[in-house]
Amino acid sequence: MAGRPVTIKAWPGAMAATVVAVIVLGTLLAVALRAEQGRGLSPSDWAAIRFTVWQAILSTLFSVALAIPVARALARRHFFGRRILVALLGAPFILPVVVAVLGLLAVFGRKGVLNGGLAWLGLPEVQIYGLHGVVLAHVFFNLPLATRLILQGWQTVPSERFRLAAQLGFGPRDIWRIIERPMLARAVPLASAVIFAICLSSFAVALTLGGGPKATTVELAIYQAFRFDFDLGRAALLSCVQMVLVGSAAFVALRVSTKEGFGRGLDRPIARWDGAGLASISLDSVSIVMASLFLLGPLSMVVWDGLAGVLAMPSQVWAAAGISILVSLGSTVLLILLAVPIAVAAAGRHQWFEVVGLLGIAASPLVIGTGLFLIIYPIADPFALAFPVTALVNAVMALPFGLRVLVGPVRDVVQSYGPLSASLGLTGWSWLRVVLVPRIRGPLGFAAGLTAALSMGDLGVIALFADPEHATLPLQMYRLMGSYQMQAASGAGLLLLVLSFGAFWICDKGGRSDAHT
Amino acid sequence: MLTLEKLRVQQGDFDLSADFSLQEGARTAVLGPSGAGKSTLLGMIAGFVQTMSGRVLFRGDDITHATPGARPIAMLFQDNNLFPHLDVTQNVGLGVTPDLRLSADQKAKVFGALDRVGLAEFATRKPAALSGGQQSRVALARILVQDRPLILLDEPFAALGPALKAEMLDLVSELALENGATLMMVSHDPADARRITDQTILVADGVAHGPQPTATLLDNPPPALQAYLG
Repeated sequence: MAGRPVTIKAWPGAMAATVVAVIVLGTLLAVALRAEQGRGLSPSDWAAIRFTVWQAILSTLFSVALAIPVARALARRHFFGRRILVALLGAPFILPVVVAVLGLLAVFGRKGVLNGGLAWLGLPEVQIYGLHGVVLAHVFFNLPLATRLILQGWQTVPSERFRLAAQLGFGPRDIWRIIERPMLARAVPLASAVIFAICLSSFAVALTLGGGPKATTVELAIYQAFRFDFDLGRAALLSCVQMVLVGSAAFVALRVSTKEGFGRGLDRPIARWDGAGLASISLDSVSIVMASLFLLGPLSMVVWDGLAGVLAMPSQVWAAAGISILVSLGSTVLLILLAVPIAVAAAGRHQWFEVVGLLGIAASPLVIGTGLFLIIYPIADPFALAFPVTALVNAVMALPFGLRVLVGPVRDVVQSYGPLSASLGLTGWSWLRVVLVPRIRGPLGFAAGLTAALSMGDLGVIALFADPEHATLPLQMYRLMGSYQMQAASGAGLLLLVLSFGAFWICDKGGRSDAHT
Repeated sequence: MLTLEKLRVQQGDFDLSADFSLQEGARTAVLGPSGAGKSTLLGMIAGFVQTMSGRVLFRGDDITHATPGARPIAMLFQDNNLFPHLDVTQNVGLGVTPDLRLSADQKAKVFGALDRVGLAEFATRKPAALSGGQQSRVALARILVQDRPLILLDEPFAALGPALKAEMLDLVSELALENGATLMMVSHDPADARRITDQTILVADGVAHGPQPTATLLDNPPPALQAYLG
C-alpha cells in the first residue's frame, strides 16, 4: 500500500536539520566573511597544503595496501581469537587520538621499545616526529578501518562462488583474476576515498607528532594562526582552504560510498577451499600476526605505562576527567536530540534530510570552532563557553555516524509498524515512547556510545577555546606530554582509555540489555 | 451506513473506483484477482491510501480526510499486527489508549477481552512466545477493546492452517456480532467468504463493484470472477 506517512511528522527533523545546517554553514559564512580579500596564501600556507595532501596520500596508500592481505587472511581463515581480532579492528574508531599517540611513542619513540631493540643491535635509531610519525599514526588508525571495509567486500562475495571455483579447480591466480580482483576494484576505491578524507582533516595527530614548517597540516595551521598569532584573517583564509579540501574529498567519498556503514556481522568466515598452499598459509599468518602486533603493541604499552603512571597524576587530571565526562554526556544528549528527529524525517518521504546530517563529514571541527569563535566573540567571552561549544561541535561531528547507524532501523520501524500505529492512533510522543524508542534501543545505544567515546577523546575544538586553567582530559594529557611529564601523561592516557571505552560500553550495553525482540 | 461516493484512486497505471454503500452490521467479503486492488480498497476506507476524488461517509459524516486513528475503524493487516517488544496486555491495551496509561477500569476491560479470546493466562507473554493462532487472538482481543463500528480485515489469517483460519474467522464473526460492528474482509478463498459473510464485493478491472449476496455471486460468477476462481 502506497500510503501517506501518517505517523511521521517532519517538523522536528526539519528543526534539527536546520540547527545543524546553521552551525555548519553559518560558521563557514562567518569565517568566509572574515577572510581578507586579495591577501593570498603565504609560502608557509602553501607548504601546509602540500604537506596535508602528501601525508594523506601516503597514509591512504599504506593503510589500504597493508589492509588487503590482512582482510584476505581474515576472510579465509578460521583461527582462535578471530572474532576478537575483528572486533578489535573497530576499536581505533573510538580510541582517543592522544592515547594512541602515547602508545605509538612508547613503541616507536626515542625511548621506545623499537629503538631500544635497535640500539641493542647497534643500529641507528628511528625518528617518529615529522612526516613518518604522522603517517604511522594515520596507518595505525586507518589500517583497521581499511581492513574492515575490504573484509566487507570479501564477505559480499557469495560463498557459492568459491564453491564453484573449487569445483572448477581454480588456482590462487584464477581466484585472484576472476573473483578477488573485481571485488577489490569496488572495495578499494571506497576505502581509499574515506581514509583520504579522514587524513586530510587530521589535527590531533599533526599537533602531537607533526609541527614545524615541514610537518604542519592545514588544520594545525588554523590552530596556530588562531592560538599563537591571533591572526583571525589568516585562520579564516586557511579555514576556507580546508573546507574546499575536505569538502571535495568527502564528496568523492560519498559518491563511491554504499549504504553499508559499519560492517556488523563480519565475524563469520566464508567457507573456502583455496589457500591450502604453504605460501598462502605463511602469508596469511604473517599478515595476521603483524597486524595484531601493530595494533596491540601500542595499546598494551598504554595500559602498562599507565598503571605505573596513575599515582603520578596531578590533581588537575581528575578535574579534567570530570569535565570530559560532562562534555561527553552533553554531546551524547545533543546527538540524540539531533539524530532521532532527522532519522525519523529521513525515514519518511524526506530522504534528503539524511544529507543535511552528513554535512558534519565535510566540515572540519577547527573551521566550525573558528566560526563559532568569530560569532561569539562580539557578544560573549568565547573562552568561558569552551565546554558547551566543544560538546556541541562534537555532537555535530558524530552526527553522520549516528545517522548512518539509526536511519536504517528507524525506516524499518516506520515501514513495518507504520500502518498498525496509524490505525491505533499512535502518534507523536506516544509513538516515540511506545513504539520507536523501544524498537531502536540497540542502534540508539550504539550511536550514543560512539558519540560518547568520540567526544570523550576529542582533542580538536577544545584546543582552540580552552584557557590555561581548565581543560578536558585529552587536552590535559597533551599539556602533560608537552611539559615532558610522561609518567603522569601515561596515567592520564590510561584513565582516558578507560573512560572512552567505558562510555561506549555502557551506552551500547544499555541499548542491548533486556533487549526486546 | 458506510458510503463510498464516487471514490477514485490512481497511482501510475493503477486505477480503482468505488461507488456503493454497506448497511450497518453487514458482513462483506472482498474478492478478486491479485493486484486488482482489494487491499487498496480497504486502504482507501481506512485512510492509508490518498484518494483522488470522491468521499467516504460514515453515518453521514464525511471522514475522507480524517487520519486513520480518528476513523471509526479497527483494522488488521496481513502481518505486523502486534508489536513484538510489548507484551500481550500492552498490545491489547493500545486499543484502549495509545499512550498505554490505563485506568483500573480500562485494565479490567483489557483482561475481559483476553478472557473472551481465551488468553487470560498469557497476559504477560511477548508475541514471540505465542503460537500463530494465539497471536491472532491477541489482535482480535484488541479489536474487541477498540470497540469500533467498522472492522476491516486485510487477510490477517492467511499464514494460518485451514482449521485454525476457520476458527479465527468464526471468532471474528462472533466478536463483530457482539459489538454490532460492520465487518469487511479481503480474501483469496471463496470458502472464507461463504463461511462468514452474507455479501461480497468483487474487485476487478479497476472497479470495486457494489455488494451482492455471496452465495448468489459464487454460484453464478461473472466472467471476471470465473477467470479468477478457475
